[in-house]
Amino acid sequence: MKLRRLARKELLAAIGFLIPSLAGFSIFYLIPFGQSILNSFQDRLGGSFTLSNYQELLLSSSFQKAASNTFWFTAISVPILVVVSLLLALLLNQRTFFRNWLRTAYVLPLVVPVASIVLVWQILFDWNGALNAVLHYFGWSRLDWMKSDWAGFVIVLVYVWKNIGYNVILFLAGLQNIPGQYYEIADLEGAGPIRKLFGITLTYLTPTTFLVVLMSVLNSFKVFRETYLVAGAYPYDRIYMMQHYMNNMFLSLDIQKVSSAAVLMALCITVLVFVLFRTERIFRAYME
Amino acid sequence: MKDVNKEWVAPLLRSLLLIAIAVLLLMPVVLTFVSSFMMEREIIANYSMLGKTDTSVFVNLKWIPDWVSFQQYYKVLIATPKFLYLFWNSVSMVVPIIIGQAVVATLAAFAFGKLRFPGRDGLFFLYLMTMLMPFQVTLVPNYLMADRLGLLNQPGSIIWPGVFGAFGVFLLRQFMLQIHSAFIEAAKMDGAGYLRIFLSIALPMVKPGIAALVVLLFVDYWNMVEQPIIFLQDAAMQPLSVFLSRIQDDALGVSFAASVVYMLPMVLLFLSAERYFIEGIQLSGVKG
Repeated sequence: MKLRRLARKELLAAIGFLIPSLAGFSIFYLIPFGQSILNSFQDRLGGSFTLSNYQELLLSSSFQKAASNTFWFTAISVPILVVVSLLLALLLNQRTFFRNWLRTAYVLPLVVPVASIVLVWQILFDWNGALNAVLHYFGWSRLDWMKSDWAGFVIVLVYVWKNIGYNVILFLAGLQNIPGQYYEIADLEGAGPIRKLFGITLTYLTPTTFLVVLMSVLNSFKVFRETYLVAGAYPYDRIYMMQHYMNNMFLSLDIQKVSSAAVLMALCITVLVFVLFRTERIFRAYME
Repeated sequence: MKDVNKEWVAPLLRSLLLIAIAVLLLMPVVLTFVSSFMMEREIIANYSMLGKTDTSVFVNLKWIPDWVSFQQYYKVLIATPKFLYLFWNSVSMVVPIIIGQAVVATLAAFAFGKLRFPGRDGLFFLYLMTMLMPFQVTLVPNYLMADRLGLLNQPGSIIWPGVFGAFGVFLLRQFMLQIHSAFIEAAKMDGAGYLRIFLSIALPMVKPGIAALVVLLFVDYWNMVEQPIIFLQDAAMQPLSVFLSRIQDDALGVSFAASVVYMLPMVLLFLSAERYFIEGIQLSGVKG
């Protein structure tokens, strides 16, 4: 009886603390997103139930292009970023000079404003930019970086540059959580450095790695900002992403189509998160 | 003798490699900074061919100004009131978002992290998923709600969704989870109510978390581009981030100094709160 009263008191307290957040969160996110789901199933005029928005969307060639570009960008850039930042973190975790300074330097790109990045980006990759000047100097013909298949490569570069510090910090935290005794025992048993790297470091870093992958996927959606500012609403075909597509649909006031695209995207992300957490759980069970 | 060599040769080589990478990563920042002290004339001579396809002249990437001058700064800060006006636009949107989200999220995070109530984990999962969605997914919901509330083309359309963003709840919950329940049980024994526990135990202990949140939110919103270009039609209302990203076209000569002025609050905040910032990133990676 007393327990129940205590639980009720706790529930009331929880409601009190949650109310401001929950009210705003519902008004600005939950309710309108529910509305979007409804919109995505309505036809343009009468509002009766239909699947035609999804059908139109999936059949439209610009949607297919945007979806496949986004998929490939994520599938290529995330592993590159994760591997590069893992290597950096492993190096940084050993005895080095100026370790704290270096860590600061790696994180700094994250706080550099988009506008400065865009300017430097153009200086480097413009048709008359610095890279083409170098190519020209060596007698090669110049490349139109942002209007050729190189554009994808340039975006991956910017993405890695910007997010590397974030991941290095996550990895460093994970590395410092591995107890030193594990390595001492391995030393006693005569394990070599490679064996230690795979047997201890990478194994115990797995939970961190899952999180880094998750954060990297999320941050891969944010490169849109820079891409949009450099290349505009209709960039070269290969870097036309879901975000471009949705922005453009939105500006042409095709609310039903944007809504169904948003629902599909939310669905994909939910599935991805689910798969990641599942895999991690399986891996954890396997480790113990 | 050989062993002594080995002891410092490896760290030295490692450090050199890491320093080289750091220099590469910092290059855009350094270039922006150095160029901000060039005369307008020099900037235009070096970079005016950007974005033009008909010329055969390349950019002239220079690291040392011909003449160190504060002309750009003078023009940006004193001669052009528009710049400071837009700077103020940025401040007047970012500050309410940060303060609002910090307050609302601290309260909610306490409930999610330290209280038990039915449906807690399910509700938190909704917050988490919302946090993970790219801006384009919540674009239509946000837009519809802003329209209904009459907030369109007003700073409120950006501030309110910002205040109720899910990231703060997520991050501060991680900090709340670190607080040992024994503290709270002990306070309960002494007859303290939940408000008292929140104010005198939880709040002091999550102060570093709030500091981290402030830095991370500042970085994110100081750089916002997508929200203002969609929600604010009126150019006079735009934040500096949007203006700066288009500055190459009409004010190339002062764009570097403008970038530096814009970057400065962020870099200073980052350097002075680096410890919290890094702690914040690390805890966003700790799973609850």
